[in-house]
Amino acid sequence: MKLDSKVPGGPLEEKWDKHIKDIKLVAPNNKRKFEIIVVGTGLAGGAAAASFAELGYNVRSFCIQDSARRAHSIAAQGGINAAKNYPNDGDSIWRLFYDTIKGGDYRSRESNVYRLAQVSNEIIDQAVAQGVPFAREYGGNLANRSFGGAQVSRTFYARGQTGQQLLLGAYQAMMRQVHNGNIKYHPRHEMLDVVVIDGQARGIITRDLVSGELNRYEADAVVLATGGYGNVFYLSTNAKNSNVTAAWRAHKRGAAFANPCYVQVHPTCIPVSGDYQSKLTLMSESLRNDGRVWVPKKKGDDRHPNDIPEDERYYYLEERYPSFGNLVPRDVASRNAKMVCDDGLGVGETGLAVYLDFRDAIKRDGRETIESKYGNLFEMYENIAGENPYERPMRIYPAVHYTMGGLWVDYNLQTTIPGLYAAGEANFSDHGANRLGASALMQGLSDGYFVLPYTIGDYLAKQEPGKRYGTDHKAFEEAENAAQSQIDKLLNIDGDRTIIDFHRSLGKIVWDKIGIARNAEGLKSAIEEIRELREEFWKNVKVPGEKNNYNKYLEFAGRVADFFELAELMAEDALQREESAGCHLREEYQTEEGEALRNDEDFSYVAAWEYKGLNGKLEETLHKENLEFEFVELKQRSYK
Amino acid sequence: MSKEMTIHLKYWKQNGPNAQGYFEEYTLDNVNEHMSFLEMLDVLNEELMLEGKEPVEFDYDCREGICGSCNLVIDGRAHGPKHRVAACQLHMRNYSDGDHITIEPPRAASFPVIKDLVVDRSAFDRIIEAGGYVSVKTGSAAEANAIPVEKDKAEAAFDYATCIGCGACVAACPNASASLFTGAKIAHLNKLPQGEVERKDRVVAMVDQMKEEGFGDCSNYAECEAVCPVGISISAIAEMRRDYMKAVMSGD
Repeated sequence: MKLDSKVPGGPLEEKWDKHIKDIKLVAPNNKRKFEIIVVGTGLAGGAAAASFAELGYNVRSFCIQDSARRAHSIAAQGGINAAKNYPNDGDSIWRLFYDTIKGGDYRSRESNVYRLAQVSNEIIDQAVAQGVPFAREYGGNLANRSFGGAQVSRTFYARGQTGQQLLLGAYQAMMRQVHNGNIKYHPRHEMLDVVVIDGQARGIITRDLVSGELNRYEADAVVLATGGYGNVFYLSTNAKNSNVTAAWRAHKRGAAFANPCYVQVHPTCIPVSGDYQSKLTLMSESLRNDGRVWVPKKKGDDRHPNDIPEDERYYYLEERYPSFGNLVPRDVASRNAKMVCDDGLGVGETGLAVYLDFRDAIKRDGRETIESKYGNLFEMYENIAGENPYERPMRIYPAVHYTMGGLWVDYNLQTTIPGLYAAGEANFSDHGANRLGASALMQGLSDGYFVLPYTIGDYLAKQEPGKRYGTDHKAFEEAENAAQSQIDKLLNIDGDRTIIDFHRSLGKIVWDKIGIARNAEGLKSAIEEIRELREEFWKNVKVPGEKNNYNKYLEFAGRVADFFELAELMAEDALQREESAGCHLREEYQTEEGEALRNDEDFSYVAAWEYKGLNGKLEETLHKENLEFEFVELKQRSYK
Repeated sequence: MSKEMTIHLKYWKQNGPNAQGYFEEYTLDNVNEHMSFLEMLDVLNEELMLEGKEPVEFDYDCREGICGSCNLVIDGRAHGPKHRVAACQLHMRNYSDGDHITIEPPRAASFPVIKDLVVDRSAFDRIIEAGGYVSVKTGSAAEANAIPVEKDKAEAAFDYATCIGCGACVAACPNASASLFTGAKIAHLNKLPQGEVERKDRVVAMVDQMKEEGFGDCSNYAECEAVCPVGISISAIAEMRRDYMKAVMSGD
């Protein structure tokens, strides 16, 4: 396997424009002869499907939910970044680029990130034109706020429901094309395999989640926009159905999987309350604009938080990071929350929580102002935690949120399988070792609206229009049979442990040993434990029901099987990276002050894994894409 | 420490769209007050599977009240007893030890049952498909601040735009009308200058599609507003009617 990033030469500012000039175009009469499959209908997939259809390609769109509108992008709260510099506070494309590179701890590709910053402004134009009701100033212009990891206000938002509004924009654009007949739309379908013929992606195998039927779909190119793999941890902020199956099965067909150990833990989530818990809920990072994070100075101080006087409170972020304070990036905030809790200063029943306090903000701005900014988030907190955050500080704790790792892609967002693309959270591309707030929505829409529509044309222009192998080709047959036999195998085990029980046990290993902090010993034992549990899973899992019917637990079983394999790769990846970078903290590699210690000399690369087989243990070969920093100087990241 | 309760459940089982449905009963002994309603159903399903029985199917995804997947009718009320809360955000602390709870799918001819509590709400997609968008192509948008939008209008549009498409409005309406859902999208887009151009075509196409899908008419019961988990106002329906009349009467 050879990793060719295909980054265009020339000055950073001109790479994308030059690339657009150089890439091949498909004539309108040929566009209608090409079929593109888009799997996933979130910001990346919805935007891509709509844009391809507008260009004149035939598109098939698939999602596991009952409607494209329910993709998990809908849950993003805080906002989307762009370098518009409307607030006149010194922002620019360069600064957004620089903050993103630095925020990712210098583990992302300069060219991709610069392009992201460049098109960010167009994304806002596009969304506004679609009728996305962003927050406005009294003069009618768009409003901005600030977010973690940045010192300028560049975040556009629609109360605490920015993801919802942007997703509905993309969904509506998509439905318009469904109406026009340019998109064939398949909700409640799950992709189970990608079909590769003569080394190129030529289609997919899906399961109709209502009838259980397996189907074959042929196309000239396939785009995976299937989100991240945070659910490997069992508890995460991901929607319950988010999974890694499409990406993982593509990996097993030859697509390299990059940086799987880079998993972002979000600092402001509602803490775990019990074993029955199915997921964690994030409270938008924007809350840290006004909320102050603290713990009692004294261990085991169980007084009501409002009774703890000012001088007995430890505002640890403000003290340790005076220039960013509560707005330090997510990895820094998460690690510090874990540290104070490990030191015994955590609050609440479990001791695994810190306070996020709005007392001072309410005193300063009035309850009404705080309510207008964060009202829905406060309501949500009260529903879940059963406490009123206007009167008592919220309790928060870090939770798994976003995965920066994913399928390796080149500058065109093509994986190592020609004709197979990955977009949004499903690829590894733009966030390096850590993602800054308000940049996930930006990347999803950038990939979907403004990158893929150009780059996929370059690939298709070199293909023969209308060339079909037919879905009775042996590659389709083989892929469908493999999917079918896995389903049959799962249903026939009839063991005595439930799928959720296995998933919960896997999640515990991954959280304890590949979580906020890792060390070599823990990672090695995680690998052993994962293998043992995986072996037990295949002997003892209990999958109910039948295959030719709606069967949610059968869906889960297939996804958990993939999580078992991915988990092992995450541990391998974390183990070989003998440095700390962004969210990846190897305990052996820290500065004297307890900050992450990077090793640029030896680890300034993307780790791209090639699947070799699975025989009791996962066999993978590591390939390295060296990251070259031509335009920024690598510095120790400091938010002091 | 958190409280544990015994809860008596009665839930709808139906093996497919054409199968005969029936109620099944089960008593759960260890319901924690901090569980969400859906977590309580997860626990039910774990017990059922370990007893070798079939779990009950229900739709869910985000479990944060935003994706709109969950749609349970709990004790006759869409999303259950709490005002402005989706079923996934309903917590068991709202119940007491020994309570009996009945769980059904939303009942509407336009939402056929797929299995148990899972229904087909694709009619909503087809209503959006008929015109619930602004026809703008990717890459051709004007500079975002070129069209100023009054703060109040943007806020009002946002209030309607927050519809999660769960279908509670249909479930609660004696006529199984989709007017709140359709009205919300129309009111969102029609309030903004971006949506103005297609105002008339949009309302006619969407209202006609709503009828074609077999949803009933609105008779002002306002049950939809009462159960809407995000608090969409029935003024959306009034706006939809006004716009529809204007569009039809203007004749162009």
